[in-house]
Amino acid sequence: MALLTLSSPHAKGPQRTSTMMRWVIAMTLPGLFMQTLFFGWGNLHNVLWCTLVAIACEAAVLKLRKRPIGFFLNDYSAVVTAVLLGIALPPFAPWWVSLVATSFAIIFAKHIYGGMGYNPFNPAMVGYALVLVSFPVAMTTNWATPLPLLEQPASLLDTLNIIWGQIPITDALTGATPLDTYKHEIAHSLSDTVLENPIFGAGFSLGWEWVNLAFLAGGLVLLALKVIPWQTPVGLLVGLAIPSLLLGSDADQTAPLVIHLLSGATMLAAFFIATDPVSSCTTTRGRLIYGFGIGLLTYIIRAYGSYPDAIAFSVLLMNFAAPLIDVYTQPRTYGYVDAKRGSKAKEKN
Amino acid sequence: MASTELNTIIKNGLWSNNPALVQVLGLCPLLAVTGTVVNALGLGLATTLVLLSSNIAVSLIRHFVADSVRLPAFVMIIASLVTCAELLMQAFTYELYEILGIFIPLIVTNCAILGRADAFACKNPVLPAATDGLMMGLGFTAVLLVLGALREVIGQGTLFTGMNLIFGDMALTWEIQVFTDYPNFLFAILPPGAFVGMGLIIALKNIIDQRIETNRAKEETQKTVGNKRVRVTGNVA
Repeated sequence: MALLTLSSPHAKGPQRTSTMMRWVIAMTLPGLFMQTLFFGWGNLHNVLWCTLVAIACEAAVLKLRKRPIGFFLNDYSAVVTAVLLGIALPPFAPWWVSLVATSFAIIFAKHIYGGMGYNPFNPAMVGYALVLVSFPVAMTTNWATPLPLLEQPASLLDTLNIIWGQIPITDALTGATPLDTYKHEIAHSLSDTVLENPIFGAGFSLGWEWVNLAFLAGGLVLLALKVIPWQTPVGLLVGLAIPSLLLGSDADQTAPLVIHLLSGATMLAAFFIATDPVSSCTTTRGRLIYGFGIGLLTYIIRAYGSYPDAIAFSVLLMNFAAPLIDVYTQPRTYGYVDAKRGSKAKEKN
Repeated sequence: MASTELNTIIKNGLWSNNPALVQVLGLCPLLAVTGTVVNALGLGLATTLVLLSSNIAVSLIRHFVADSVRLPAFVMIIASLVTCAELLMQAFTYELYEILGIFIPLIVTNCAILGRADAFACKNPVLPAATDGLMMGLGFTAVLLVLGALREVIGQGTLFTGMNLIFGDMALTWEIQVFTDYPNFLFAILPPGAFVGMGLIIALKNIIDQRIETNRAKEETQKTVGNKRVRVTGNVA
């Protein structure tokens, strides 16, 4: 007779992977709502379509790998990847862009490396970077104009027809993002002139600021619930703010801090993307460094690179660095003090 | 020369010791030029030519070159042969030569060629050495072709485009439009796509090898059962 023997401690915490993932999904909803409010039905459609693709891919790969399908589908990690992609992709991105991004994220970025818990890179960002590099036209020309600026916003049916390639997209519906506009306009005009463009609204970016604030609110709830650690988002925001204050204080040269923080994918990245427990750092100090690195790289690419936003590349670059950061930030073992004198101290050096 | 030995050489070159899939040599040209089938074929044929002739030459001089200077001698042979291949391509397939550019002279640094010269040709007579060179070259070309086709279909949605660069005007009609109205998938055209494609091909080879291995193991166990008397009564101590 075989008895299941487990050593102590026997206490169980309330956190489960699936609970955490469901909280993450739930807390993206305010941001998604704001996106729908300001940029139309595109993102909502993309989230649903990506989720469908992600679940199908996950089930297919799990079957091929002979793993329990129901068990792994129930941890909702594939859905989180899909939701993040759906939010991050341009609202009018054609259906095949989302399909390629999601299937590559699940099959290549996640399962080829061993599945849930083994992927060194954030799957959603791998998928995003892939389509960003592969389809530059589709990924830059399909950002939506904020609805308040449109006389005739696209209806749900029109949006579906555009995404599924039934009708061509009209020029009025799409426009460059505020980050993109600022970056290109500031080269030959002053900040005040650039900000006259209605997509900047009241001095920063129309629509985007509410989307970002909604993601910030959702992220704060996740912090309060201890679903995500505070170090990564704080590190990221500081890493973005410091160079922006030091180097970008002149608004006539580069985008000011408020646009960096409240436009683009900053808050989504800080609270939902960089905090991926698998591909980020695991030590407390490490998470600060990791977040700071993402923020710094994002600023560098936004200010000096050729891409308007840089979350995907920065997150992937820091994913590379995460294991090394973990090695150098191991915490002191409880009750053990590093020798400051004597042979032990010399050994360390 | 026993034909079984030649068979082993052929099998090694094409499959079980394939320079691209098993030895993983010559990755630089393999990954860089396999954007289309025609580029892959062009480089594959040039490499095969060099591999074949360098193996023959090295095998011929193997008794006259001192062991300590063999590597410089091999490199000289390979470099002159690569120059020949380069001049030939310049003469007959100039446009393809322009496209492949630096990767034609870089054949000289392809480790597969020096590797075969040192590991096989300098220890064997001409016939096996020539067979080995030819088969290794063909194995390399086959992998280049599969990878080229894969990347061309995924990257541009076409197959056999521009084959007239090698086969002349009769190949103008060979181009197959696999997908119409296809948006170029830049990832597959750029080198990272080649890494992923290469990984997938190596994985596929490993799967096939595993299947063959399990089938063989199954057959062997069945044989042993048939040959033995099976105990049906009593307890085994």
